[in-house]
Amino acid sequence: MTLVAGRPRVAVAVFPGTWSERDFAHVAESVLGWQADLVWHTETGLGQPDAVVLPGGFAHGDHLRTGAIARFSPVMRAVEAFAEAGGPVIGSCNGFQVLTEAGMLPGALMRNDHLEFRCDWQVLRVERPRSSAPWLGDLADGELIRLPISHGEGRYAADDATLDELEAAGRVVLRYTDEMGRSTDAANPNGSARGIAGIVNAGGNVLGLMPHPERAAEVEVGGTDGLRLFRSLERWLHARPAAAERRL
Amino acid sequence: MGLSVRWLAEVHVSLRPGIADPEGQTIGTALRSLGYGSVDEVRIGKLMRIGFDADDLAAAENQVAEMCRRLLANPVMETASWEISPDEEAAAS
Repeated sequence: MTLVAGRPRVAVAVFPGTWSERDFAHVAESVLGWQADLVWHTETGLGQPDAVVLPGGFAHGDHLRTGAIARFSPVMRAVEAFAEAGGPVIGSCNGFQVLTEAGMLPGALMRNDHLEFRCDWQVLRVERPRSSAPWLGDLADGELIRLPISHGEGRYAADDATLDELEAAGRVVLRYTDEMGRSTDAANPNGSARGIAGIVNAGGNVLGLMPHPERAAEVEVGGTDGLRLFRSLERWLHARPAAAERRL
Repeated sequence: MGLSVRWLAEVHVSLRPGIADPEGQTIGTALRSLGYGSVDEVRIGKLMRIGFDADDLAAAENQVAEMCRRLLANPVMETASWEISPDEEAAAS
């Protein structure tokens, strides 16, 4: 898909119980002037997007486990094919949970260690942003950003071998920290293993994160650090070789 | 499939050993505060009762194992075990 007049087009998957799709669409369309298409979960195609968003919420009521039912929605076959072709996919909050249940990212997201739903601003340290060029290309290694979190089940868990492998490969790209950038237990809002807030797949095109970049894209809501992920994507799409565009 | 039998499976899904279980810990604390001082470990889990058809017990076992693998348990954090019996109520009706 060639960018039409430079306007990126994002497909935002919507499941019964999704709640962040309109925030993503608002940022894409009203803040950035992109095109955003909401795609109902029973659809089998995505309509040739440049990027795909799995937004936050409670897909299918989060029954059984978060994301466990959503992974079987027909639209996920199209999302998997898009990701396998190298297309940029972001899963935020419930979207991250769906990505892990679908096996597109390793690990699982479990009940917060304190059992509370946590809705707050959170400092995050960006690590190895080159590992996820489409989503973090504009950010610097070690940089601190502020994004909202809003979840009851965000405790990232995986076995030690998986965690070691992710860290060695530079695939842990966002970590919960305090204002000084220290990854301490006190700064960890949910008990995630090694303070992990976001990871990418081996190809770097699929990013899963518990925080909400779409809720930090305008000064009026308290911060614009989230917008930088969208800006990274736009720059990456424009720099992408034509051959890669055709492949998608 | 005219010979298929109605079965009832009780599937238990538990957190893997070593996976932190804050809900279980909280329940343990509550039990100790009620005076059950010897309670030292509580692990939370899920019980699912599933009625379904299969030709025989072996086929029923295979189906339940597949259900667990595909949906009911996430192997990253959970294990599943089950008991399967003929559904007596369905047989009587």
